[in-house]
Amino acid sequence: MPTAEQISPATVCDGDRSATTRRIVWLLGALLAASMIVALATGSAGTSLWQALSDVLQGRELSLRDRVVLLDIRAPRVLMGCLVGAALAVSGAVLQGLFRNPLADPGIVGVSAGASLGAVGAIVLGGALVVWTVPVSAFLGAWITTILLYRVATRRGRTSVATMLLAGIALTAFAMALTGILVYVADDTQLRDFTFWTMGSLAGSTWSKIYVAGPIIAIPLLLTPFLAKGLNGLTLGEAAAGHIGIRVQRLKACAVLIVAAATGAAVAVSGGIGFVGIVVPHLLRLASGPDHRYLLINSALLGAALLVMADLICRVIIAPAELPIGIVTAVIGAPFFLWILLRQRGIVDL
Amino acid sequence: MLNVRNLTVNLGRQTILENLTLTAQVGQITAVVGPSGAGKSTLLAALTGDLSFDGSVTLNGHDIARTSTTRLAEIRAVLPQATPMSFPFTVLEVVRMGRIHKTMNNRMASEALTRVGLHGFEGRFYQELSGGEQQRVQLARVLVQVWEPVAQGSSRWLFLDEPVSSLDIGHQLQVMRIIQDFAVRGGGVVMVMHDLNLTAMCADSVILLSNKMVMHQGSPRDTFRDDLLSSAYGCKIAVNRAPEDGMFLLPQVACAAS
Repeated sequence: MPTAEQISPATVCDGDRSATTRRIVWLLGALLAASMIVALATGSAGTSLWQALSDVLQGRELSLRDRVVLLDIRAPRVLMGCLVGAALAVSGAVLQGLFRNPLADPGIVGVSAGASLGAVGAIVLGGALVVWTVPVSAFLGAWITTILLYRVATRRGRTSVATMLLAGIALTAFAMALTGILVYVADDTQLRDFTFWTMGSLAGSTWSKIYVAGPIIAIPLLLTPFLAKGLNGLTLGEAAAGHIGIRVQRLKACAVLIVAAATGAAVAVSGGIGFVGIVVPHLLRLASGPDHRYLLINSALLGAALLVMADLICRVIIAPAELPIGIVTAVIGAPFFLWILLRQRGIVDL
Repeated sequence: MLNVRNLTVNLGRQTILENLTLTAQVGQITAVVGPSGAGKSTLLAALTGDLSFDGSVTLNGHDIARTSTTRLAEIRAVLPQATPMSFPFTVLEVVRMGRIHKTMNNRMASEALTRVGLHGFEGRFYQELSGGEQQRVQLARVLVQVWEPVAQGSSRWLFLDEPVSSLDIGHQLQVMRIIQDFAVRGGGVVMVMHDLNLTAMCADSVILLSNKMVMHQGSPRDTFRDDLLSSAYGCKIAVNRAPEDGMFLLPQVACAAS
């Protein structure tokens, strides 16, 4: 059995962590604001946010170059980083609550692969003509995968961790195979279009993508607080959650839809950015406990802040070239996942 | 009052319970006993609305198959046999999950913990506790959910699946006292029990299940008879009287199925 220190370093003498957790909400909000400002101010173009701000304040017109760099390149990219980071982290937290174990992550259990298949399918089969089809079909891919995963991994209200992870491998492999077939029949333009899916990048962020993906990500995220009490109850098990008045079937259906919409839209605009969904909620559980009323909002804030910062690193570390952000999150996230796996080994039967 | 008429439960092609008719009164402890595999836990799951069934189950006059989850949660609480939890909740956080209404007092959680003998455990992590301590934390959660045994003129119910199975004898008696207190104050209690001696001591009514059916329902004195028990459990059991009108059971060493 793990000791208290292993489970959480937070001080919990009276068992009530809500005050600490509320402080963490403000801290993370400040962290997100700071990271957004730094990301807006930094870049290889050498445009100064402060210079531009003082120009605007003194009534001077911004130069075309500054306007393009700040408003058309950096701003949508930072905003997209927030949306995608929040979507992936909250999807991870909701999936983990749904499966009642901390190893569920949209990337690991195949939900992202399903979304990629949907997005690539839309591009190759000609649906990309309409701007909405890519995120919507990514959502459908993610939705079908999540439902399949739940059906396979959960039996009589109990989820087997091993079955969930293995089913995730199978679903990922299957979705990748179908994606491979689509790539095979794609033409050159389409190939260029989805090369970035395999990498994961925020480099293609534009305002028009934000207008499309923004609502598909933001609406589910705004709905997640309504799931919080239900997800808390679900940790007692499906039957016991029902006994305290939670409508379990409705909760599960909503959770799956929310995960599919948020992950689908995130994958459609940024490709395979892995491990955000597992690292962020896990860190937050260590810091402030597993209460979903705070975990979900904190995951959104920390996920957004982390992805904005990771994207900043990608932009500046080998400037003027860029590193795909998926590489950065995987380099940090994969060892982190192994660490969680090692800690869990003693607690749950893998 | 709990009224069960012609209850049949099928899981897949298998019939687990067949044509059960029984009742449980408020103000009493009704114990369900019987050998392993007789369908005790299945019966409890059907009574709490977890399993679909044929027949009718009414609780305080509500047909449970037609009553909403939320309404059922207001009139009855259920204690499972064991409740493993995968995230590091503190004991206080677990007990507070029993607060199904915001109007419920936050102090109840600490009071319930004191009643189950876990005062001072509020900040401990649920996952670190022993099986018996976890069981008592869950009992505290369940008590918070149905804090008043009688609310707005209608009785509330506790459904307990082997509430003392992982407890030592001192805590077994403590838990039985809490359950008795709930019944005395007007609540209804239905509990699955393994320990026949403890059942004989505490229950007001006993339902003896055997081979998918109710073999007998009545007071412990009526139900715990050598012939009934021996036939239900498939081994020789002698019921003995203790001083002061008590009763104890001794399984006979020479066990024989027939």
